[in-house]
Amino acid sequence: MKTLEELKAIREKMQGQIGLRSEDSDKTRVVVGMATCGIASGARPVLTALSDAVQSKHLSNVTVTQTGCIGLCQYEPIVEVMEPGKDKVTYVKMTPEKALEVVEQHLIRGQIVGKYTISSEGRL
Amino acid sequence: MMTEISLNVLDVAQNSIRAGASRIIIDIQVSHKEDRLKVIISDNGCGMTDSQLAHVDDPFYSTRTTRTIGLGIPFFKNGAEMTGGTFSIKSEAGKGTEVTAVFVLSHIDRMPLGDITSTMLSLITCNENIDFVYTYGVDNRSFTLDTREFRKILGDISYQEPDVYNYIKEYLQEHKDDLDQGKYI
Repeated sequence: MKTLEELKAIREKMQGQIGLRSEDSDKTRVVVGMATCGIASGARPVLTALSDAVQSKHLSNVTVTQTGCIGLCQYEPIVEVMEPGKDKVTYVKMTPEKALEVVEQHLIRGQIVGKYTISSEGRL
Repeated sequence: MMTEISLNVLDVAQNSIRAGASRIIIDIQVSHKEDRLKVIISDNGCGMTDSQLAHVDDPFYSTRTTRTIGLGIPFFKNGAEMTGGTFSIKSEAGKGTEVTAVFVLSHIDRMPLGDITSTMLSLITCNENIDFVYTYGVDNRSFTLDTREFRKILGDISYQEPDVYNYIKEYLQEHKDDLDQGKYI
């Protein structure tokens, strides 16, 4: 089983790479709504899928975080993408599969996935 | 509606985060002998006043401003009580809050514990400024993960670094599998 010794080894390995990490202000933030409304509609698997994909694709300029209820409970699970210097993009009614499309299209290629944004709901 | 106890844990822990807690203790104990599954979530956040505490299981009471309904605590309470278990909250303004839910393990209406590893992984890696002390026990064996030990080793290295993230994920899963011994709880 995993021991703290292994974590020390990871730290030793990473200390040589510290200069490569980007400043927080250059980072894209991906925020998942994690209040009761989000969790009850399936936000945890969406968050897990996003985190796993960001790790496995080594998107070191992206941080995945969680937030509370933003007041649009009927559109949960909601994922917001905040890129420095750009308008916030709000994706609604997400699933792990849709989230992976957002990773591929938006986070990697820079193309907003219009069919999943809140404006595609035709109400806002 | 929550379908797993681990989703309730994630939800109730969000309340601790919103209360400004710097330390959150999550303790889950499964006892086949006593036929109980007990969950305790305690924090050192802002706590609640007596009048807030009196309304805590009222779904139409919420201090949030984004919506006027709060179902998190009622869901957790109902989930425990429908198995013949118990639910209680202790809180003191300025000190913190402790939520305890006891489920009757063998009751047909008890939700599965579910993916507690994902719950803990997302809490830990998305809230790096909060210390988590997580204990999971089955009968007489248990393990405890204290993120202060991780932080001491890692210094300012982020939990979201791929190697660290995977380490924490495997650490949680391996220890849980070892205790569950193939049983689905």
